[in-house]
Parts: sequence; C-alpha cells; structure tokens
Amino acid sequence: MRKSPIALTVNGRTREAWVWPHQTLLQVLRDVLGATEVKYGCGEGVCSTCTVLMDGESINSCLMFAVQAAGRSVTTVKGLAQGEELHPLQESFLAHDAAQCGFCTPGMLLIAHEFIGRHPQPSREEIREALAGNLCRCTGYTKIIDAVESFAMDRKDPASTPPAGAAPR
Amino acid sequence: MTATSDVEPRERTETPLHTVGTSVTHDDFVQKVRGSLAYADDWSLPGMLFGRVVRAQVPSARITSIDVGEAARLPGVVAILTAADVPNNAIAEEASGLGMSPVVMPVLAEDRIRYQGEPVALVAAEDPEVAEQAAELVMVATEDFPGVFSPERALEPDAPHVHDSGNEIVEWRIGRGDAERALRDAPVVVEGTYRSQRVDHAYLEPEAGVGWIDGDVLTLRVATQVIEHAREIARILGLAESRVRVIGTYMGGGFGGKEDLTVEPHLALLVWKTRRPVKMVWSRQESLLARWKRHPFVMHYSTGADRDGRILAQRIRIVGDGGAYPLLSPRVLFAAAVTAAGPYAAPEVQIVSTAAFTNTVPSSAMRGFGAMQVVFAYEAQMDRLARAVGLTPTEVRERNFLREGDTIPTGERLDTHVALPEAMHTALERLGPRPEDADGWRVGRGFACNMQPYGRARYFADSASCWLGLEPDGSLLIRIGITDLGGGQAASLCQIACEILGVPMERTTIHISDSALTPPAGGTFATRQLYMSGNAVLQTARELRERLLPVVTDLLGAEPTDEVLFAGGQVSIRDPDRSASLREVVRECERRGVDTAHLTTFHAEAGEFDPRTGQGKTFPDYTYGTHAVDVAVDPETGAVRILRYVACHDVGRAINPQRVEGQIQGGVAQGVGYALSEEVRIEEGVNVAALFADYLIPTSTDLPDIEPIVLEVGPGKGPFGARGIGEPSIAPCAAALAGAIADAIGERITELPMTPERVLRALKHAETAGGDGSA
Repeated sequence: MRKSPIALTVNGRTREAWVWPHQTLLQVLRDVLGATEVKYGCGEGVCSTCTVLMDGESINSCLMFAVQAAGRSVTTVKGLAQGEELHPLQESFLAHDAAQCGFCTPGMLLIAHEFIGRHPQPSREEIREALAGNLCRCTGYTKIIDAVESFAMDRKDPASTPPAGAAPR
Repeated sequence: MTATSDVEPRERTETPLHTVGTSVTHDDFVQKVRGSLAYADDWSLPGMLFGRVVRAQVPSARITSIDVGEAARLPGVVAILTAADVPNNAIAEEASGLGMSPVVMPVLAEDRIRYQGEPVALVAAEDPEVAEQAAELVMVATEDFPGVFSPERALEPDAPHVHDSGNEIVEWRIGRGDAERALRDAPVVVEGTYRSQRVDHAYLEPEAGVGWIDGDVLTLRVATQVIEHAREIARILGLAESRVRVIGTYMGGGFGGKEDLTVEPHLALLVWKTRRPVKMVWSRQESLLARWKRHPFVMHYSTGADRDGRILAQRIRIVGDGGAYPLLSPRVLFAAAVTAAGPYAAPEVQIVSTAAFTNTVPSSAMRGFGAMQVVFAYEAQMDRLARAVGLTPTEVRERNFLREGDTIPTGERLDTHVALPEAMHTALERLGPRPEDADGWRVGRGFACNMQPYGRARYFADSASCWLGLEPDGSLLIRIGITDLGGGQAASLCQIACEILGVPMERTTIHISDSALTPPAGGTFATRQLYMSGNAVLQTARELRERLLPVVTDLLGAEPTDEVLFAGGQVSIRDPDRSASLREVVRECERRGVDTAHLTTFHAEAGEFDPRTGQGKTFPDYTYGTHAVDVAVDPETGAVRILRYVACHDVGRAINPQRVEGQIQGGVAQGVGYALSEEVRIEEGVNVAALFADYLIPTSTDLPDIEPIVLEVGPGKGPFGARGIGEPSIAPCAAALAGAIADAIGERITELPMTPERVLRALKHAETAGGDGSA
C-alpha cells in the first residue's frame, strides 16, 4: 500500500496532496489540507456534520475516499463568504440565532445552500425535509429552519445570490 | 451586528435596559457561521503524537496480564502506558461533598475490569492509524469475574460486588412527618412504578484535546466544561496543582458529558511520559461505548390525597444505576431526592434515593441531572390522582402547587415567586382548542410542570470571580474562567458588563476558560453559569463604575447627585447636556491614578445540609415551567407524531431573549429524544448498539416547530433577576409526551423510551383490558 498524489479544488483553489488509498476525503481535508472547518461527527455517514459540496452536490466527506475526489471541486463552509463579507445565508443564521455550539453549522449551511439553489421558493415543510439528514443537538432545528426560510424569502432575485465556490480559480 | 427577536411581550421587571434584554449576536457566533472557530480537534502542534485508549472488551473480569510487546514493536509507536505507569492512579473527587462516597476510580484499570470500555492502557504514536493499530495489539488477558447488571439486583444481599465495599454508592433520606401513617389514613392513594433509560449526550463534537509541555507547565487544550480539573490532573501526575494549565475550547456541545474528565488524564500521562505534544480524539463509537451516560432510574411512588385531590403524603423510592464508579452519582441522586415530590405540597413525605454500582458504563452528569427523571414519575402521579378524584389535570395541580414561602421536603422555604399557575395556563392557552382525530390517527394532549434547580447545592459554597478592565481606547476587556458549551455563556456575560459600563458590544472582548489567565469562575454545569458568573460580572462592573463615578462627575462638571448615564461608549448627564467618551474617562483616571481594572468574587448563598436528618439547605433557587403538547398516534404502528409543542418557562429576566428561546427549543428536542427514541442498550454489561446509526436522536422531521414562551414574572437570583434555563427546558418533555400519548390511547406508558413497540403494546393492552382509564 502506498500513497498517491491527487489534485483537487478546494474553495476555488487547486490543492495537491499525497494520500493513502483508504484515507477519507474528510481526513485529507482536515489533516492534510488544513480545512478544519469540515467537522468529524460520526464517521458513519449518519450525522452529516462533515458535509461538503462536491461539484455543487452535498456529500458526507467521511464516506468518500480522498482519491475519489481527485480532479473535482470541493466547497466547504469557507467557500460561502466573500472574504470578510458573509454570505446572506450566514447572515440569516446569525440573525435567527441558528447556531448554538456551531459544530453542525458548516454542514447545515452547505446543505441549506444547495437546497435553496435548487428550490428557490420552498415551503417550510420542504426545508424541514431537506435538513433531515443533518443532525443538530442544540437548537431543536426551529431556528435553523427560520433562518433558511427567511433567507429564501429575502432573496428577491435568486441570481443575486453568489453561488458557493464561485471564487476565481 | 444586531438581530431582534419577535418574542412575546413580557412583563418587565425593571426600567428598560440597553443591552440586557436584547437579542444581540456575538463574535463567537460569527466565527461559527464562518467555520473559523477552532474547536478542540481543530488545533495542532508540530511534531505531535496521537493518543489512543485501549479499552476493556468485557464488562467484568480480573486482569491476569497485559502484553504490550507486539504493540510496542510496531514502527511509529512511541509509548504504551498501563496502570503501573500512572504516578497516582486515582480520580479522587468526592462527589457528594459530604464524605459519603469513598470509592475512587482508577485512570487505568489495574487488577479489575468493571465495565466494558474501561481504559486499560494508553498508546502514543506518530500517526493516528498506527496508534489505533497498536491499541488493538495490546493483549489484555482476563479471567471472568461475576458481574451485576441491574441496580435492583445489585442491592440484593447476595449480589456480586462491583467494589469490595459493596454496591451502594449513596443513599439519601429526606422526609418529614409520618408518610406511612398518612398513606394508611389517606382516602385516596395512587401508586406507580416508573422506569427511565440510559441515554447519551450525543453532542456532535466527540471528546478531544491536545496537550504539551510549556516551560515546565503541563498544558492541555481540551473540550471541557470544567477547567478546574487542572488540580485533579496534577494530583494524578504527582505535580504541584499550579503546574497544570487547562485551556478550555468553545465546545461542540456538552450537556454534562464534558463535565467530568474526558481525555485530560490520558493526554497528561502521554505528554508527561513522551515529553512531546499529543492529540487525542475519541471516535463517535468510542464515545457511545465508554463515555458516561444519564442515570437510568427506577421510581416507586405512592401518593396519598384527600377526596378533593389535596396531597397528604408522598412515599418515594428511587434507585439509580450509577454504573461502575461513583462519579457524580451522589449529586445526581441528591437532586432527584430534593425534587422528587415535584412542585407540589407534600405535608408528610418520605423520600429514599439510592445509587447502586453495576458493571456498566458509569452514569454521571447530564442536562437535567436527576431532577429530570423524576418529572416523568411525579407528573404521571398527578394525572392519575386527577382521575382518581374526578378533577382535571389542571385543577389537581392548582390545588397542590407550591407557592413562594412554602417549604419543600427538606424543610427549606422557597423564597422567590413560583410561576407555575402562570406557566401552566399560558402554555395551554397557546395550544388552543384540542385537535380532532384524523386519518385514523388518534390525537391526544398532555402537559407537564416542573421545578429544576439552578446553581450548585448550597453546601458547596459556590463562588465565581471576574476581572474587568477598560483599555485606554475605551474598549472593555473581560477575563473570566467560564467554559462555553454553545449556549452563549460568554456572550451573555458581555451583555451584562456592557449594560453597566455602557461599552458597545462590538468594543468588548472576552477571554474565557484558561486556568492560567482567567480568574476562576467554576465550570459550566448545574445551570449555574448565568447565576454565578453573571452575578460576578454584574458585581464587578458595578464596583468598577462606582470607582469611576467621582472622576466622571468631575470630568462632566456634574453635581454628585446628578444621574450619570453610561451608554454607547459615553458617559453623560442630561441637564446640562454634557458627555465624555470612555476613552476620555480612562485618560482622566490614568492622570489621577485611579485603576480602571477590577477583580471581584461573587459568593452564592451558602447553607448546611444534614444527611442524617435529610433536612437543611439545598439549592439556591429553581426555574419553573410547563410544556404542553398535542400528539397523533398511529394505532397501526404505534408511531407518535408531535403536532404542536409549547414550552413555557419563567426565566425571571431574559438577558438575551432569542438565546433563551434557543435553549428552550434545544432542551425540548433533546427531551423528545429521551421520551421517544433514545436508548443506550446494554445487555449483560455489553453495549449492543454502539453505532451512531443505532442511537436515534431527533432529526428535523421528527419535531414540529417548537414554540417557546419566555415569561418574566418572578425575579430570580441571577443578574437582573434572571433564572437559569439550560436544564429546566429538557426536564418536562417525557412527562408531557407520556400524558399526551395516554390521552390518545387510553393507557399511561411508564417506561422510557416510548418507542412504537411500547406504544403499540400499551394500546393493545388498553383495548383488551380496558386500559387504565387515561383517556
């Protein structure tokens, strides 16, 4: 067994790493590439705390081998903000107090971002369904749903919301 | 950044405040949404090793030998430690505080294994995977030793002993009058036995930390609720207590699970042995297997009343499963005993609350802390009493609610307002008319009232210190040794300081949770933090303001009788209209040699408790509330769907209303999991469900929108009249849901969790045996 080199894009920047064939994307993002904003919660694909967007689609990074991410584009929660300026979805999480301990928040933000991108005008129940795979132990979900709903409603022009991972390559 | 919440109009207890009572956000939350907050596992040091715990695979055994040879030969392994390598192999905290539990817990098992998952050895390696492999290669040879797996069995005279001294950890006896006689004479007696299960905190952040040697100080940066454990760690290593520094990180949830030591002694030993930095992170499965849990309780209740539903006597017997070591069992069973009769009059009462050792993973602190389990029992008793005397559940409670000035079973007077009638009626009014059955599902309504202490037991004589300093630019620095588990503990303290000193929130920086640099404030547990540290900040800020006042008065050319306003980074008087910036105030203080920094300690109300009589002072105060819920039960599957959930608590004063709502909503979600789905299943000492996939915490679709109602009725003992809300919000859920399910199916479920299987069984029983008349 030996390490092999991979290249992938993380939040718009090309990154290279030598990885073991059995290393998960989560391990490589955190331990090799320093993307500690991606959190380990269970390693079983149950809590989705480790959610990232892979070419725009949400995945559990604990269930994917790093080598499978070669040549692909990964967005973490740090790909949402434009520099110092928070993404409006992040602002909505703040305004609605949707983060308590904050550990599930990166995954929640990404899953919500993906969902609203596809369903710009969701009902409250659709938002609830969309978040069902991401566990939170602090908030009871109500304020997270408030935040996502309010973000969706405030988005007068969907095109005005910057897509995640849109930073120049 | 400011956000305003649309909470209920609430009865204001004082004149409007500036910062307190508003829903402002704080830096730590900004970092959380950015993903930039460095939790315990997000932080590394160059050249660090990775630690791993070798854990026992069987629940009860004698260790005959430990062979580390093969593990040590694995390339990359740097150290393997067993009990013989621990300078002082005892975690010696005496939890009762009254000398009642002398059994100590080893850091690493020496000759006996007492639960599955017990640490036996430690490994440090250059790579986490090597550490994991090496841990698997450590050969622990054992021979079977008889074990005991239920607390009731453990208390029988012929049960195998978990510890040589016997299986009783603690027994509290609280009472007054002659409950036996009163029950014999009572016209109405209702009886019940209730069982609650073992559950896990299941915070999303598993236990983690990094340790290193800084100069000659052993330093640990860990996810902990209690940095004061530095002293215990020093004792284990045989070091002076001043030689260990603990830096607490913002936690990804705690709920009591990071209140006792987690990775600290393991890290400390590996760092001290290898003289290198070490990181240790427990896997989720390890945490589910081996981290302390909530106590399972068996509760026997006999409640005697007159024909009008007035309670005459309560006889209550509680047995808690403490698992293999004492930990905080004495305190948990104490809280259970004190609150076992609920927020109701109990003229003659006898409460016996016992914790027993078993060969299972230890039980210790979890949000609700003994005062939660009993709500499931005492509220069922109230509903049963209502039925027995022909009253509604609200009527029977109204006739028995404790009021300010009444005494609880320990003989102690309640000295603040008891807002239970208000909470009960407000919650039920919010629910409105009862919904009808639909689509074959049966609808039911239930509610539960509770009292939950905030603050530590008075005999601990709790205290918290705080340091505040105005910087030359007029900004404010706060140093305080609290830990923050995500409830906004640090943020609320900023609001309190800003309120008094008039510094804008964005000009305030708070440093928390470092035993070397922040004044000790005690851990974040027992819903004590706002009460204790909030008062410490308030007191410090007021004293600092008093010191500044003469300088300010001179600076503004004011009369000593003029009212000076501290707000918006300015000090001002109205007539004549004059103001100065805090920067100018600090400059003037410097010129005059007036110190602009201040350190103060707040002392809680202390008091004695006599365990022989069961009488004395217990907790500083309580938070009261009512949860009311509508459910629909599917008679085909036993599934329970929550239609509406209203949770109402009197918090005295909401420092940050939005965050109080969040505490209530989160408490409900965790309480719903406890009520309906969560259980750490252990069979004959062996955990049979150690995957997160087996441990069912509620998802967003398992819950409706949780409707919090924040009352500010009776001022409590926290800053600005606040009462704690962290634990009170979780406690009534199971009882409220049990009442609603009983209302729907005609039978009260008395064992948690109320899974579809149990609901279906109760429903079948109701149909065949006519039920217990609950509907």
